[in-house]
Amino acid sequence: MGSFILQILNGLDKGSAYALIALGLTLIFGTLGVVNFAHGALFMIGAFCAVTLSRMLSLSFEEVDPTKTDFLGQPLVVKTPYVYDWFGPEAGAAIIDWAVPLAILMAIPIMIAIGFIMERGLIKHFYKRPHADQILVTFGLAIVLQEIVKANFGANPVPTPAPTAFQGSFDFGIWLGFDPNIIIYPYWRMVYFAFAAVIIGGVFAFLQFTTFGMVVRAGMADRETVGLLGINIDKRFTIMFGLAAAVAGLAGVMYAPINSPNFHMGMDFLVLSFVVVVVGGMGSLPGAVLAGFLLGILESFASMNEVKSIIPGIDQIIIYLVAIVILLTRPRGLMGRKGVMED
Amino acid sequence: MLGLNKKDFSLLIVVAALAFFAPIILNIFPKDSALSFFNGGYPDLMQRFAIFGIFAIGFNILFGLTGYLSFGHAAFLGVGSYAAVWMFKLLSYNVVPAIILSVIVAALFSVVIGYVSLRRSGIYFSILTLAFAEMSYRLAYSVLTPLTNGETGLQVYTNDPQILKGDGPSVPHLFGLEMRARTELDIGPWEFTFPVGYYLCAVILVISFYIAIRIFRSPFGLTLRAIKSNQNRLRYTGMNPKPYMLTAFVISGMYAGLAGGLLAAMDPLAGAERMQWTASGEVVIMTILGGAGTLIGPILGAGTIKYLENVFSKMNEGLLHQWFSFLPDFMEDGVIWVVSKFTGEGWHLMLGALFMIVIIFLPGGLIEGGQRLMNAIGMGKKKDEQSNSAKSEPAE
Amino acid sequence: MGILEVKDVNKRFGGLKALSDVNLSVQENTVHAIIGPNGAGKSTLLNCLVGKLIPDTGSVMFDGKSVLGRKPFEINQMGISRVFQTPEIFGNLTVMENMMIPLLAKRDGAYRLHAIESIDHEKDLVETAEQMLKDVNMIDKRNMHSASMSRGDKRRLEMAMCLVQNPKLLLLDEPTAGMARADTNNTIDLLKEIKATRDITIAIIEHDMHVVFSLADRITVLAQGTPLVEDLPENIKGHPKVQEAYLGEAH
Repeated sequence: MGSFILQILNGLDKGSAYALIALGLTLIFGTLGVVNFAHGALFMIGAFCAVTLSRMLSLSFEEVDPTKTDFLGQPLVVKTPYVYDWFGPEAGAAIIDWAVPLAILMAIPIMIAIGFIMERGLIKHFYKRPHADQILVTFGLAIVLQEIVKANFGANPVPTPAPTAFQGSFDFGIWLGFDPNIIIYPYWRMVYFAFAAVIIGGVFAFLQFTTFGMVVRAGMADRETVGLLGINIDKRFTIMFGLAAAVAGLAGVMYAPINSPNFHMGMDFLVLSFVVVVVGGMGSLPGAVLAGFLLGILESFASMNEVKSIIPGIDQIIIYLVAIVILLTRPRGLMGRKGVMED
Repeated sequence: MLGLNKKDFSLLIVVAALAFFAPIILNIFPKDSALSFFNGGYPDLMQRFAIFGIFAIGFNILFGLTGYLSFGHAAFLGVGSYAAVWMFKLLSYNVVPAIILSVIVAALFSVVIGYVSLRRSGIYFSILTLAFAEMSYRLAYSVLTPLTNGETGLQVYTNDPQILKGDGPSVPHLFGLEMRARTELDIGPWEFTFPVGYYLCAVILVISFYIAIRIFRSPFGLTLRAIKSNQNRLRYTGMNPKPYMLTAFVISGMYAGLAGGLLAAMDPLAGAERMQWTASGEVVIMTILGGAGTLIGPILGAGTIKYLENVFSKMNEGLLHQWFSFLPDFMEDGVIWVVSKFTGEGWHLMLGALFMIVIIFLPGGLIEGGQRLMNAIGMGKKKDEQSNSAKSEPAE
Repeated sequence: MGILEVKDVNKRFGGLKALSDVNLSVQENTVHAIIGPNGAGKSTLLNCLVGKLIPDTGSVMFDGKSVLGRKPFEINQMGISRVFQTPEIFGNLTVMENMMIPLLAKRDGAYRLHAIESIDHEKDLVETAEQMLKDVNMIDKRNMHSASMSRGDKRRLEMAMCLVQNPKLLLLDEPTAGMARADTNNTIDLLKEIKATRDITIAIIEHDMHVVFSLADRITVLAQGTPLVEDLPENIKGHPKVQEAYLGEAH
């Protein structure tokens, strides 16, 4: 029982990331009708926003402290981050410590700007082109984006720690009445899950309760009719793209402490997120979220030793297997509308 | 001739001539001249031209004719390589059984994957093939380690059975003719290398190309183009598109397996990274860059990509400084800073950018570019004649 | 016994009854028109004949064999060719290539691997195709890219593609919809000629009464999923039930 709960918990954080990326993919596909292979790259850029901010905050100036010497007897060079100077050492240290959450503030405008530029500069011209062309041009863009990041940050993962307050783990087991050390779950992953829940809730509320959202939902259901009503759909679609980019970016920012960001993390997550979208149902937002969590949890169950001993390697392929079965038996996915790219 | 019309036959002759004289054409710059940097006549590079040419020709039979975009063809290349190395391990270093088995194994794989993936079309087909390829890649790294030797890669060890080896060579060979053997030819400042391995690949490339032409011109090829054009009409015209699609898928999978077998025949090693989906993306790039749906486009695309990869990845900063030294210092640094992002380690950035440019501005690839250029300078054929040729639009 | 026998066919879409107890008998070598107001179930009925839809109950027999449960390509192989409301042709292919596909399907069946011999060597098929193109006055367009032709030419090509298969039954779904008067008259002339020169049965769904009364030997009027009347054209014209059905639509 304990390990059962643990696997569910373990699946939640990965599932959250899948759900957030799949949510953005679905928003873009549902509204713009574009299959965005560069969406994983947006997730990766988000993660590197966290890296960049934590590096920027740690920028230091050097001073020679004449009162101390280093081990060679030379006067000691002391590095002091600028933020210490500006906010005082204590507040400065706290700011550096909280770099990842602070990066959210930086990532939102950056991601929205990237989204706008992508949509206006590139995607817009592909609405009328075949899906294959959309896949290919965004695939090219994904390569370009990840190579730019690689050129600037190198090929190795960049460890980006969570704030000290969230390091360590919480013993869920005791809380639930199990023995200690059975269900241990890192604090940051809990934060990530809560964060994802807030974002998902926010997106749904936005679509549900604002006029803007209503038009977008109507556009997802029937693009032509909404266009006929004389509503400027294009402008809203640009904003949707920005929103989807921001969701992917924020998912990336907060994921940085869980998995040290590297340049190809976007591609890794993208393939899986596509599978998630397909399983959930092309164009269905609740489907994307549900499938994201479902597959995340399923993957975590498949990596249990008990399961692996029965079917070796199942953890590596479970998601793909599920996707293949779903596509063949229920092509519209778990919650997809009938007729969306079935055929 | 050879069952081809005049135009196709001359195309075949051109390809055969290019393949045959590649060692000379590609080493056109004298070896000590500054331009020798742009030579491409190394055995290793020429082999890759031919092998990826074969891969792209096969991919084009599926994508170019039917418009179905597979994102998993590297998986067939990968299994082809594994099959070939296993033949080396079990039988001998003779490449013939290795290549034959690699084609057969790839065919079996593509029947299974194709059968399932072709239940869906459009983007679902792309994602299904992608999922299968990723699955194969991950399996090769994990459970199937006994078959694939995991991250180390599959290779031949001295204690392998090699039951037919006898006194045969300990490197891949064609009935005793070693693949790595080569003849050097020095004419004045020029230096040419004629490697055996390359010529094996080149001969197979020309045969593959010939078969592809026949397929393009056959009723089967016409039906595939009809599938791309209007499946609904085809069904109401009495044809069943599914088996046609599956046949095309398997043929292109066999081409991929052949390419994989040849890769192993040139260098008896097989690794799972050959199956990764970015590798599948590469063959897509080659085909489109050259011109999907055209006969010669894929070869052109494969050659261009592999050549640029070679040239750009060996440009380093020292070399760039040498080239741009004529510029004033401040400009030199700027230019080099920009150029260096695209060269050396940055080759993939170049590849991605190039790919985007082609898709955006030249969806018909280099062939279309060439045609436009010809038209622009007034050398082009008349319009109605052009629509008559095998050129077709980018895929649906 | 007609070549096409539709018996007690019912088809529901959710709560909507699209066809109820449809009976229809099309006699060999006649032109049988199916008319009716919008939403009468004409297209649904047609789709049941060609395998796109399967009726909930009832039977559809063609030439003594059931078509139910067969795929569109199998039904075509039985001898039914269909012309669509908007011309369905192979836009990427030339006119001549468009003609080759139905000929190959007719000769080789639903699937046959002809991957090596060149299409240019199929002399017989090429000749047949050329003859057909001459018959429909399109031989001068044989090398044209079919997507670039006018709508009238596309329709004519589609008709030629169906006829070249020598079908026993030709199904026409509003063949003159959206056509100018001159084109419509051309189509009528073409169909009359086909009727005069070939052993062929034609079932036609049509809105344009001019077309219907110029061609049809028999007419079935469909309203709300049920056949109201089936009779000779001259009897249909003044039939009170028919007028009611059409007037009902006008309101």
